[in-house]
Amino acid sequence: MRPRKWSDPGWMLAPTVLLLFVFFIAPVGIAIYQSFFSWDLLTAPRPVGVANYLALVKSGELFRVTGRTLFFSALVVSGAMSLGLSLALLLNRRGVWFSFVRSAVFSAYVVSWVAVALLWLWILDPDRGIVAKGLHLAGVGTVKLLNHPDTVLPVLAGVTIWKITGYAMIMFLTGLQMIPNEVLEAAKLDGAGAWSRFRFIIWPMLRPTATFVGTTSLVISFQAFDVVRVMTQGGPAKASTLFVYAIYESIFMNLRVGTASALTVVFFVVLLSLSWLQIRAWRQKA
Amino acid sequence: MRTKSAFIHALAGVVALVWLFPYAWMVLTSFKSFDEIIQRPTALLPSSPTLTAYREVFSQVPVGRYMLITLWVAVAIALIQIALALPAGYALAKLRFRGNALAFGLVLACLLIPTQMTFVPIFLMFSKLRLVNSLTSLILPFGASALGTFMVRQALVNVPNEVIEAARLDGASEFTIIYRVLAPMLKPTLIAIFLVSFVFHYNDYFWPLVMTTDDTVRTLPLGIALLREPGTGVRWDVVMAGNVILSLPMIALFSVSQRYLILGLTKR
Repeated sequence: MRPRKWSDPGWMLAPTVLLLFVFFIAPVGIAIYQSFFSWDLLTAPRPVGVANYLALVKSGELFRVTGRTLFFSALVVSGAMSLGLSLALLLNRRGVWFSFVRSAVFSAYVVSWVAVALLWLWILDPDRGIVAKGLHLAGVGTVKLLNHPDTVLPVLAGVTIWKITGYAMIMFLTGLQMIPNEVLEAAKLDGAGAWSRFRFIIWPMLRPTATFVGTTSLVISFQAFDVVRVMTQGGPAKASTLFVYAIYESIFMNLRVGTASALTVVFFVVLLSLSWLQIRAWRQKA
Repeated sequence: MRTKSAFIHALAGVVALVWLFPYAWMVLTSFKSFDEIIQRPTALLPSSPTLTAYREVFSQVPVGRYMLITLWVAVAIALIQIALALPAGYALAKLRFRGNALAFGLVLACLLIPTQMTFVPIFLMFSKLRLVNSLTSLILPFGASALGTFMVRQALVNVPNEVIEAARLDGASEFTIIYRVLAPMLKPTLIAIFLVSFVFHYNDYFWPLVMTTDDTVRTLPLGIALLREPGTGVRWDVVMAGNVILSLPMIALFSVSQRYLILGLTKR
């Protein structure tokens, strides 16, 4: 439709465009610009070229942080997707009981990350937590899952999976409900078993949903911060210092704006390319 | 057939337990005394239920004030987002003008930019303007929502042009058309945008943590997280009582609006 006045689109879009520009587009530009400076917030910024990036590469910090975050994301994405899909298949049934269980799983999605992190911190507390006590009674001995570099990331991933599986499940349920019942009934009459119905009808039709859930949970896990900050503060020995926590630490604890900005830029590039790769890979398979 | 059905019901029961037991444990712990937690950490029910932990939360944290700030921020953000997304979505969906594609491209690009990417420059900008520790720093950056604008646009594309033409013939201004004619037609979408945004910003920990350095505009998730002092013996009864206070509004909201929340997540 034609605008009534040439100026109409202007006032309608101005506030949105302005705010999005100031708080999303411009900061990305500023972060890229600042990544070429060394600045401690107290003295004047000094241009240093690519020194911030070089330092991050040379110290090995960049690779360690990226590797850790990728490992964590791989756990979360595969866990939340497979669990979400299984629960959707299990709970896609009529009746009050199944609807109740669906709500129970999904409810974790609306509770704050802080509450979830504190709750699991208490459950996993090595001195008085119920898991440690249970394992102790079973004769396993004292376990400090969050205090060990090898177990801390899988545990944080487990908590994250617990939190977002409900979301994955809801998305898969919506996808399942779009599959016409007649198709499944017809396949059943033709003698297709549960597995072949899943393999040849359900899964192909769920593929777009799976792509979407995969990318969203990848983004969620790549941005993980609250669980790290509340549960481990990046420890022990930096074993759970994920990307966003590393950025946070470098500006608010070490006052290194340049390093933080360089990390931010790399974070963004990695996140975008991962999402892009994932979407492409899934498209090709379909 | 019957054993299979019983098995599936039982399996669903195990699933429910995995998700509900942690909540139950949180609530039960909050009614225990600290002595009991130390002496009988695995006892399921509190031997003598007490409200001591809740009293302790209220004495350590100004719960009312933090809650008010949190609700104010979350409601303000959700309402501003809707107020701005309506005209923007209308222009993008219905009006032909130069720059439409560009503006839509900007909205789509912003969908890809997480706040974790923008907080360093925005924090520095606000500290230069002395706006750290202000409601402005918590609300303004989220005033425009790329997702909300996108959802309004998608919903309006499906509204026939005749509705708008008829309203124009009746002499309605564009402002009236947007807020009085079209907004009511988009009610489910707008409720969904409101809920998703409200839940996100009520729960948000990252942004208030970064933008506040003292307790002028501290939000509830920050206050509750502070109940746990690392190192010294943690008063888990108090932390869990705080957790209950923090989660209860969301659980209540969830139980009455689950349908719209799901709509908000699936209709993108």
